[in-house]
Amino acid sequence: MRVLSGGTTYFAHVDGLDPADLERAAGEAAAALRGDRVEPRSLRAEATSPQPIEQDPEGVPASRKAELLRELDERARAAGAEIGQAMASYGEARREVAVANSEGLFSGDDRTRVRIGAQAVARRGDRVETGAETLGAHRGFELFDDDPASIAASAAGKALTLLDAGPAPTGSMPVVVGGGFGGVLFHEMTGHGLEADHIQKGASVYAGKLGEAVAQPLLTAYDDGRLPGEWGSDAIDDEGTPTQKTRVIEDGRLVGFLYDRQSAEQDGAASTGNGRRESFRYLPIPRMTNTYIAPGEAEPEAIIGEVEKGFYAVSFAGGQVDPATGDFVFGVNEGYLIEGGKVTRPCRGATLVGNCLQALAAIDAVGNDFWMKTGICGKGGQKVPVGTGQGHVRIAAMTVGGTAA
Amino acid sequence: MSGLAEGAASAVERAVEAGAGDAEAYASEAENREVRVHGGEVESLTAATERGLGLRVWIGGRVGYGFGTDLSAAGLAAIAARAVEAARVADEDEFAMPAGRAGGGGAVSGLTDPSHAEWSLAQIADLALAVERTALEADPRVAAVEQAVYFDSGERVAIASSSGLGCEYETTSCYAYLQVLADGEAGRETGLGFDLARGPAGLDPAAIGREGAERATEMIGSSKPASRNCPVVLDPTVAASFVGLLGDAVGADAVQRGRSPLAERLGEEVAGEAFVLYDDGLDPEGFATAPVDAEGTPRRRTPLIESGRLQTFLHDSYTARRGGTATTGNAGRSGYRAPPGVSASNLIVSPGTAGLDQLLREAGEGVYVNDVAGLHSGVNPVTGVFSVGASGRAIGGGERAEPLREFTIASDLVSMLRAVRAAGSEPRWVPFGGSVSSPPLLIGEMTVSGS
Repeated sequence: MRVLSGGTTYFAHVDGLDPADLERAAGEAAAALRGDRVEPRSLRAEATSPQPIEQDPEGVPASRKAELLRELDERARAAGAEIGQAMASYGEARREVAVANSEGLFSGDDRTRVRIGAQAVARRGDRVETGAETLGAHRGFELFDDDPASIAASAAGKALTLLDAGPAPTGSMPVVVGGGFGGVLFHEMTGHGLEADHIQKGASVYAGKLGEAVAQPLLTAYDDGRLPGEWGSDAIDDEGTPTQKTRVIEDGRLVGFLYDRQSAEQDGAASTGNGRRESFRYLPIPRMTNTYIAPGEAEPEAIIGEVEKGFYAVSFAGGQVDPATGDFVFGVNEGYLIEGGKVTRPCRGATLVGNCLQALAAIDAVGNDFWMKTGICGKGGQKVPVGTGQGHVRIAAMTVGGTAA
Repeated sequence: MSGLAEGAASAVERAVEAGAGDAEAYASEAENREVRVHGGEVESLTAATERGLGLRVWIGGRVGYGFGTDLSAAGLAAIAARAVEAARVADEDEFAMPAGRAGGGGAVSGLTDPSHAEWSLAQIADLALAVERTALEADPRVAAVEQAVYFDSGERVAIASSSGLGCEYETTSCYAYLQVLADGEAGRETGLGFDLARGPAGLDPAAIGREGAERATEMIGSSKPASRNCPVVLDPTVAASFVGLLGDAVGADAVQRGRSPLAERLGEEVAGEAFVLYDDGLDPEGFATAPVDAEGTPRRRTPLIESGRLQTFLHDSYTARRGGTATTGNAGRSGYRAPPGVSASNLIVSPGTAGLDQLLREAGEGVYVNDVAGLHSGVNPVTGVFSVGASGRAIGGGERAEPLREFTIASDLVSMLRAVRAAGSEPRWVPFGGSVSSPPLLIGEMTVSGS
């Protein structure tokens, strides 16, 4: 329950919907208010269109889910004698959401998400390496109709590859970033800096840069909370605003920020449907949904082929950015050396560090291949599901921090 | 107290009625307050109550878990029914059974501070405003404070089990932090200031604000260091972050799964002699301190690394049974919504005798690491190999010199621990990634990657 008065937000939440608890919480939030009261308008229900779910996971027997986990486990172990261990996880969640406010908004959503994960540990002598892969969507159990266990084979393949890995190089060099979860790089280094709360506090390197060129003309990027079935999609955001497709970078120019209601009001803009929250226990703040670099024109083979000596980051363990300084860091969990335009040996333990503005401007190729992956994004102590996506992307120069001296 | 203990006991009875062989209930009730200020104004005030109960049941070697917020008779019966249903479809596990009923677990004093209940919302808002104001006034180069935050919590916990366990305790805690923005010629710099205490009267808002301002302004004019191997001094906040990772590595759960860089290294030399580490669930200053752990076993002090050697792993009742040893009282849980698992309580690195100046002199030429980023993506938890983003200061002529940013430090946990040459004399409690107290640490050599 959120009460807005002047510039201050009064927020109260309780576990459970016991009317006595709710009234007490409302009383606490309202007691701190000063000034004139606003008459609430009567609620008008708005129709929304939640993502269609074909097979409600709740109706799938637990034994079928256990069978899926065993399939993942077996596929990972079958990948090679050096796979010492496999772990598989299954998660499903259904969240029914209702939002009402004193302006008369009354809206809702019904969100079902499923996700599986596989992790494999490979051993050779003293060497121990892990590989992981996930598959998730804002969909029902139908997501697992095809060959879900292929993610286990892929996780095991990564772990086995790493057994042959040498130390990662160090220093500044061209970096080719893989598609799909490679998009987490854009998510971290640019997406967070476009969230309007960071902009308004001067805590973003993109503040004051609207309309300016921040990347080369080959780069266009979106945040789209409406992509069907995607992990970061919802019908409405957590303030009841319908989600939308927002162009944030157009041909290299910065053209849009991501707003929730409060930050939009401050800028005299409209919410872009990015007011998200982990749960009722948190205040909504501007958050990405599915963020991606739109497919470009380059062939992925050519993107790598043009690099004499560089680094190929296929996937990341995660990353972190300080939006105010623009400094970021990414852990690479699958990376290779590029030598003479060819991907050569795998590397262990590489980290990419850099600064957002420089790295974004240094993107000199965007691939025509494209896919999305799932992520869990943390901000202000709140975790929300997000999608990231892109094709292969090349950054002309970036610092790789490895263990090779 | 609050009917929590009765609720826990009643949930255990409902579970047994629903078909459980054994049951354990964990009930908690918390009142939390948070104030966020920005630009001299209160941005948000949050008051929240959280109350719920988690129920773990055993049917033979099958375990099930359920939780809920409705502690009425009908609500508890519903939680019990769900937990029992979950246990029925679980796989059999020969080591799965409830924690034994150990003795001890008496009262630990100093876990509550009366100022927690006495300070009004207006008073804690003033505290947060004072944190921000101090930073703004500390240095003309401070451009703004992104956010100053005060948070406090009062929590009561009750645990009951069908083996006759019954205990209840109460803690209070609070912290305040801010993120300061400073302007240099080359752009913005940020700095974090923080402190924690049992109650607001124990916080020094001016010190928090000054720390944030200092950490932000000292970074002005920073550049990338040259890539090299050199001595490194870790700030207590950075040392604590690494020690938090070590806390996961000494957990028997990770060890038994072969997913720890310390697995099979019991009794071996894993650290320099200057690095002494223990887990202490009873230190009154530690935020994880309680009379008992999350399954009712008394908390205790457990030496982890002494004389450079790995002394023991941390256990809950399950890993102890599986490993043929005794629990160290290290069952932890993130709340009533999740079942317990092994976790460190308070990890404490013993301070040495050298002041920070002396550590820097010993380092001679190297890097002082003030902050690290990407610990969760840059560390392989199985092998301990890491490469993380860092910022800090150069060490030149035995003193802190020019600011450095955008570099990485790389090593693996055990190599880093073995390279610890000295621990500083001034430890600090750090709440990132667990509850850790650590002094600054001098590492003989690490790989620094910059330009």
